[in-house]
Amino acid sequence: MSDTLAIRTRGLTKRFRTGQIAVDGIDLEVPRGAVYGFLGPNGSGKTTTIRMLLGLVHPTAGEVELLGRPMPQAAREVLGPVGALVEGPAFQPYLSGRANLVHLDTCDPSADPSTRGRRVGEALDRVGLGAAAGKKYRQYSLGMKQRLGLAAALLRPRELLVLDEPTNGLDPQGTREVRSLIRELAAEGITVLVSSHLLAEIDQVCTHLGVMSTGRLVLQGPRDDLARHEDRRVTVTTTSEHLVAARQVLDSLGLSDVVSGGTTVSAALGEVVTPTIAATMVAAGVDLVEMVVSEPSLEQVFVELTGEGFDVAR
Amino acid sequence: MSPAESVSSVRSEPEAQPESSIQPERWAPRRGATLRLIGAELRLVLGRRRNQVLIAGLGTMPLLIGLVLYFTSGGPHGDGGPGFIAQVTQNGLFLVVSALFICLPFLLPLTVAIASGDAVAGEASTGTLRYLLLLPVSRTRLLVAKALGALAFVAAAVAAIALVGLVAGAALFGLHDVVLLSGTTVPLSEGLVRVLGVVLYVGASMTGLVAVGLFFSTLTEVPVAAMAATVVTAIVSTVLDSLNALSAIHPYLLTHHWYDFAAFLRLEVDWTVVAQGLGVQAAWIAVFGSLAWSRFIQSSITS
Ligand SMILES: Nc1ncnc2c1ncn2[C@@H]1O[C@H](COP(=O)(O)OP(=O)(O)O)[C@@H](O)[C@H]1O
Ligand SMILES: [Mg+2]
Repeated sequence: MSDTLAIRTRGLTKRFRTGQIAVDGIDLEVPRGAVYGFLGPNGSGKTTTIRMLLGLVHPTAGEVELLGRPMPQAAREVLGPVGALVEGPAFQPYLSGRANLVHLDTCDPSADPSTRGRRVGEALDRVGLGAAAGKKYRQYSLGMKQRLGLAAALLRPRELLVLDEPTNGLDPQGTREVRSLIRELAAEGITVLVSSHLLAEIDQVCTHLGVMSTGRLVLQGPRDDLARHEDRRVTVTTTSEHLVAARQVLDSLGLSDVVSGGTTVSAALGEVVTPTIAATMVAAGVDLVEMVVSEPSLEQVFVELTGEGFDVAR
Repeated sequence: MSPAESVSSVRSEPEAQPESSIQPERWAPRRGATLRLIGAELRLVLGRRRNQVLIAGLGTMPLLIGLVLYFTSGGPHGDGGPGFIAQVTQNGLFLVVSALFICLPFLLPLTVAIASGDAVAGEASTGTLRYLLLLPVSRTRLLVAKALGALAFVAAAVAAIALVGLVAGAALFGLHDVVLLSGTTVPLSEGLVRVLGVVLYVGASMTGLVAVGLFFSTLTEVPVAAMAATVVTAIVSTVLDSLNALSAIHPYLLTHHWYDFAAFLRLEVDWTVVAQGLGVQAAWIAVFGSLAWSRFIQSSITS
C-alpha cells in the first residue's frame, strides 16, 4: 500500500480479444497532489489505461492501486472520492443538462439528497453552464457536452479527478478555462490525472508528465526534469568576417555538431558552460553580437519519443 | 506569526485541509440508496417521450378494435374468431380481453423487447453506463433497477390496453353481466374480477420475455440488436409451439401458456393451468435472470 501515490500501477497490461496489446506493462505513478499530464497520440492506450484504473476493464496482467487500494476489488469503497471523465462525456440525450446531473446524483448511493439542488447548481456554474442548464443535452455543442461531463465529475468534493481528454472539442477559450479550472482544483489539494494527445494544451498546468507511445509508458516524471538539458544548443551571432573565427573557437572547445550560416554559428552545448564560450570568443577577437542557448521544447521531446507527432499511432 | 494570523489560519483549516485519506462515512451508501436508484430508473423509463408514445399507441388498439366492431356489428361476423370477440358487441367488458388477445402475438412482445432490450444496451450505447458504474452503483443493484424499469414499462403498456379497453367498451357497448365461455352468466362485478385476472395473467406472461430481453441487453452495446433478438425469441417460441413433432417440449416454451388466460373465463377457474403458466414464466426468469446477472457483473465496459 502506498500513502504518497494517488495512482500506482505495476506491469499493467491489456490485450484485447482482437489480439491487440493496447497497454503494455506500464508502471504509472501519480503522486498525491500532482497534476499529472498523461500524454500520447491517439490510439496509444491512454483511455484503455484509464478504464483499467477505474475498474471498467479488467487488466490482462498487472496491478492497479487507486488511492492506496487495489482495483478493481476495492471499487465500491474507492470510486466515490474519484471524479472521472472517460472517453468523452455521456448523458441521456433527451434530458436537460440539469436533469442529467440530478439523475446521476440520485443514482449515487452516497450522495445527500438534501443538498442535491445546491450541488448541481454550483457544479453547473463552475463550468460556466448555468445559463444553458435547461437545454436538452442533445442540443448541446461538443464544448458544452464536455463542460457538463466536468460538472458531473465535480458534483461532490473529490480527492482524485481522472480527466480523459477534457479539452477535446473545446475552442481555445474553453481550453484555457479548463486549464484554469484544473489549476483551481489542484490548489484545493485535489490530485488530477489529465490525458491529452496535445502536449501544448496541458503542459502549462502539469507538475508531472507521463508519455505513452503504442501502449508503453516511454517517459514519466516531474515536468521540470523532463526537458533534456544535454540537448541544449548554443547559437552565436557575429559579423560575417568573424564567422570562421567563431567556428574555430567552438571547434577548439570540443563542441560537436557545429553548423554555420550567414552571421551565425551553432553547436550542441554539451558540458561546456556559456561563460567559457564567451570568454574564449572575446580572447580570440571575435565580435560577439549575441549568444543564445535554446532548450529543446517539451513538444520536441514528446514528438521524438512518440515518433508519430499528430498522427494516429496505429 | 501574529495572533491575528494564527486565528485566521485556524479558522480556514477545515476547508483548506486536503482530505488525505478516504472518509468511509462520507462515501458509504446512504439509507434508501437502492430505492432512490429504482425511483430514478422508473422516472427515466416512464418519463421518456418515446416510451410514452409507445404506450399511448398500444392504448389506441382497443379503441380501434372497438370502433371497427361498432361500425361493422350489423354484418355477419364471429366465424372462427374466439367467442369473446363475438361477444364484444353484447358486452363492452370483452373489449379488454379481445384487445389483449389481439396484441398478444406481436405488439406486446415488441413492447417487451423495446423495454428490456434497451435496459442495459441503451445505457451502454449512450456511454452513460460507465458513469453509473463509476458513481459507483453496484452492478447487481443496477441490473435489478433496470429489470424493474422494464417491468414497469410492460405493466404500463398492459394497463393502458386494459383501461382504454374498459372505457371504450363501456362507452361503445355498455358493461353487462358476463356470459362465460361455458355459457353460464355471472354478475358484472364478478366479471370485472375475472377480467382483472386475465389482465394480470397476460402481464405476468410477459415477465419471462423481459428476462430474456434483459439478458440480450447485457450482451451488446447496440439496443436494436437486443430488441430484435428478443422479438425473434418470442416468434421462434411460437413457431416451435406449432410443430406437433415437438409436443414433448411444448409445455416448457416461453409462449405456450400465453393464451391460457381463458382459464379465468370458465365457470371454475382452473388454477393448475394458471399455476403452470406462471411456473414456466418463473423458470424462464430464473434462467435468463441469472444469465443476465452473471454476464453483467463480469463484463468489461468498453463503450
Ligand atoms: N474494445 C476494444 N477492442 C479492441 N481494441 C481496442 C478496444 N478499445 C481500444 N482498442 C485499441 O487499443 C488501442 C488503444 O486505444 P485507446 O486506449 O483508446 O487509445 P487513446 O485513448 O490513447 O487514444 C487502439 O489501437 C484501439 O484501437
Ligand atoms: Mg482516448
